[in-house]
Amino acid sequence: MNLHEYQAKALIAECGVPKPYGEVVTSLDEVARVADKIDGDRYVVKAQVHAGGRGKAGGVRLVSGKDELNTAVREIFEMERLVTHQTDEKGQPINTILIESPSSIKEEYYLSMLVDRSSRRVIVMTSTEGGMDIEEVAEKTPEKIIQIEVNPAVGLQAYQIRDLFFRMDLPKVLLRQFVVVVTKLYEAFMKNDMAMLEINPLVRTEDDKIICLDCKVSLDENALFRHPNLAELRDITQDDPREAEAGKWDLNYIPLEGNIACMVNGAGLAMATMDIIKLHGGSPANFLDVGGSATEERVTEAFKLIVSDSNVKAIFVNIFGGIVRCDMIADGIIKAVEQVGISIPVVVRLQGNRCKEGAAILEKSGLSIVAKNDLTEAAKAVTDIVA
Amino acid sequence: MSVLVNKDTRVICQGFTGKHGTYHSEQAIAYGTQLVGGVTPGKGGTTHLGLPVYNRVVDAVAAGPVDATMIYVPAAFCKDSILEALTAGIKLIVCITEGIPVLDMVEVRQVMKEYPDTVLVGPNCPGVITPGECKIGIMPGHIHMPGKVGVVSRSGTLTYEAVNQTTLAGFGQSTCIGIGGDPVGGMNFIEALALFNDDPQTEAIVMIGEIGGTAEEEAAEYIKAHVKKPVVSYIAGVTAPPGKRMGHAGAIISGGKGTAQEKFAALQAAGVHTVNSPADIADGLRKITGWE
Repeated sequence: MNLHEYQAKALIAECGVPKPYGEVVTSLDEVARVADKIDGDRYVVKAQVHAGGRGKAGGVRLVSGKDELNTAVREIFEMERLVTHQTDEKGQPINTILIESPSSIKEEYYLSMLVDRSSRRVIVMTSTEGGMDIEEVAEKTPEKIIQIEVNPAVGLQAYQIRDLFFRMDLPKVLLRQFVVVVTKLYEAFMKNDMAMLEINPLVRTEDDKIICLDCKVSLDENALFRHPNLAELRDITQDDPREAEAGKWDLNYIPLEGNIACMVNGAGLAMATMDIIKLHGGSPANFLDVGGSATEERVTEAFKLIVSDSNVKAIFVNIFGGIVRCDMIADGIIKAVEQVGISIPVVVRLQGNRCKEGAAILEKSGLSIVAKNDLTEAAKAVTDIVA
Repeated sequence: MSVLVNKDTRVICQGFTGKHGTYHSEQAIAYGTQLVGGVTPGKGGTTHLGLPVYNRVVDAVAAGPVDATMIYVPAAFCKDSILEALTAGIKLIVCITEGIPVLDMVEVRQVMKEYPDTVLVGPNCPGVITPGECKIGIMPGHIHMPGKVGVVSRSGTLTYEAVNQTTLAGFGQSTCIGIGGDPVGGMNFIEALALFNDDPQTEAIVMIGEIGGTAEEEAAEYIKAHVKKPVVSYIAGVTAPPGKRMGHAGAIISGGKGTAQEKFAALQAAGVHTVNSPADIADGLRKITGWE
């Protein structure tokens, strides 16, 4: 689960990590109140969306004076959505804007923490090349990305942070601060069950203070049960509305560009179903995993969801009955098709537990459902329909 | 022969009296698994499904040899259950539960370093089955058939697809291992491949991967260097969209690896027979082995 910058900064600030002073506004009326609390007459205005690359897209501005501040906030709200290189072409909605006190920047660094699959540990990565295209830095000059692994038995140790510090060759005046800031960031990472924490840039100010200018955080969805306060930070406006609706029913749904809707049990089989559609010349309209234990209710909701996409010309249902009985699934499909009022062709491939009985039920239903047991035949049938 | 489990494997169930534990224990017993009891704290001394219930894993171990445990407790308690089984000395721990916090698994892996002889399979996996002998997990027993193909997979229902094809083709399976898809889990592809490589019953291996991570690329390196048996592989997710991204840390650590194309290429370079369609796994075996 992704957080907004202002939410992420609040979590690290709780652990004592320095960040610029700032507050969020959701309307122009609130701007004057926030501006009064910031010293000086310069402000940083930052659109709050779940994506990087906001600066280049016009979502981050440095302004002087309250008139410019009002103009910037108004213009950003008027954009309504921010399109960056990390979003799709529709962009992410802008409902909140962060107004911050500016910092005098002497140097910009990069720092991130995440769980590394290979080492099965939390790793800390830093670079002196902060603020720029860090992925390019990693690709072209991998020696400039420095990383350490944290032993979970003891946590991040000061010597490891000093190791990062000296390998980055940072000025000695920052040593003590750097150790404190990174220690506190690790504390925030662990305390909140973060999956990813990224500070880009981590800044050295003109008066040699270390401060987190930006902060991106993803939380581990699986750990939200032990952080009910963090679960409330979810901003569903940043998700595709159909994905959000699917989430309510425990359906895993991702809309795509094609015209063959898929409904599958299991994420791996759902991806494989998209692949086989493509292999036979078709184009999948979505990824949809109804879960290992598909029930009649969820099948119905899934059908509602996939037909809400006007591009869809045919539906491909691929169920491997493990524990689930295919005859029960067939009943569910018939009820769903009748209830939702589906007029486009439906190809159903049932395999596994009682698949022949399931196919027989579909054949007898009188609905325009093509039933197959073989995966390749089913994929050909559905791609032929839309071809 | 087979790997990990066979007809003599004595198994307990943690979360025995819960809904999932009960249902899948019944299924396991019906399949012929040597289930010898279960653990539910507070219900020790009672019986469930005709088998003894213990308060602690150590009590179950004390009552008789226990070779393996299957864990069906809710995600919030899995770290505790895995560590309990680990410290009680059980050598095979199969954790079916999905949704375990990743930092819990990071801690589990750290403690496991003290128990180098213990194997963890999962979490978030269908489990392990040696057809006709022992079923530990949620896979449908009836689609399996004793035979000569070792199956290892990160996916659930997609594994059943491969299993079903090898059964219909008459090849059967030696053992099927669902290693699960979590970022931090137990057994990986390489460990499963090593077991199959040494198992006389296993004549060929099916490996099913997914996009994300670099486990398949690492497995490819291992196959090239060590595996003497034919391997057929399918990777799901060629058409999967890159997904919305936040920040750069994930991309830096993966270094451009992790796509299905990358994985296919790495496996092909290692001499693995890859198939582009999930429906072609049995055909792939026929081609590479000459089996009818």
